[in-house]
Amino acid sequence: MSIADWLKQPWPWYVAGPLIGLLVPVLLLIGNKSFGVSSSLRHVCAACFPANISFFKYDWKKELWNLFFVAGIMIGAVLISQFFSNPNPVHLNPKLVEELGQYGINNSSNKLFPPELFNWNTLISLKGVVIMLAGGFLVGFGTRYAGGCTSGHSIMGLSNLQLPSLIATISFMAGGFIAANFLLPLILKL
Amino acid sequence: MKSIETINEKQHHKFLTDNTDFEVRSMDTICVNESELKHPFWHNLKYLGAGILFGIFLVKAEVISWFRIQEMFRLQSFHMYGVIGSAVVVGAISIWLIKKFKLKTMYGEQIEFITKKINKGQVYGGLLFGFGWALTGACPGPLYALIGNGATVIIVTLFSAVAGTWVYGYVREHLPH
Repeated sequence: MSIADWLKQPWPWYVAGPLIGLLVPVLLLIGNKSFGVSSSLRHVCAACFPANISFFKYDWKKELWNLFFVAGIMIGAVLISQFFSNPNPVHLNPKLVEELGQYGINNSSNKLFPPELFNWNTLISLKGVVIMLAGGFLVGFGTRYAGGCTSGHSIMGLSNLQLPSLIATISFMAGGFIAANFLLPLILKL
Repeated sequence: MKSIETINEKQHHKFLTDNTDFEVRSMDTICVNESELKHPFWHNLKYLGAGILFGIFLVKAEVISWFRIQEMFRLQSFHMYGVIGSAVVVGAISIWLIKKFKLKTMYGEQIEFITKKINKGQVYGGLLFGFGWALTGACPGPLYALIGNGATVIIVTLFSAVAGTWVYGYVREHLPH
């Protein structure tokens, strides 16, 4: 295998997970920042549409670091997709492949999302509205209501042994189990 | 001068403990050290760098894959549990070391940890976020990464997430916490 091919390989969990975990001390040591992403959504609200809502009245400029952080996430993803993207489809459990096949979703492309579902045309279908618009809304509403997302609660909070973060993480998983196993099959049939 | 500082610190502490929102830094804006730690704009590039690394990790680990999230919620693969679990182990050991050796930031500032309080939001909000996570296949970090990875339509999902956050802020006082 050439080096170029090797760099295009996806990483196993025991490589990627510890590296993600290392971002926790890195952010603390370079500026006392707690690892977290969903706060960026709030800063966008505070910066662009505060609308006199007290929840959005704070000095968001002091939290600019978080917007730099999420801009970095986007740039990192561009770099990989341009130069080191995996040419093969994601290696999936055959049971999932079979189930999704019933809904016309095939994991045949090398993309990390099903293009049949996530494209500009499906956005005007009921299925697309529920998955992309309602789904996104729930991500924004739910993370803020819970006080954090997978990064802030499940990684940063659990690393700091916070019981509230454990409760939040269990709730994330419970919601995800219900939606993936019972709601999504109905939505995909739309 | 000193007494003012003490009062500020007390108010600051009360503010933090009363606050039910756990987005630490976004509320933590009256830090007593704040004036000493005003940095020029370009200091934020450190966080851009950290974000680039996070983006690379998210894509290479396929954490941003809608398919991987479906596998996780169907218990069909260990992958996502391995990623999150090992990240927590490394994060926990790091925080333990930081506390044990009282490590300071690169600017010599004391590293602060905020104790979170239990509230109903973690359950209700958590469940709602779980629904959204399973549908979109993305939590907030991957939303940004997916756009960078070429799923341009996810821009709409991201705006929708901003709208969700805004509506939460709007109705917040009427929700159980």
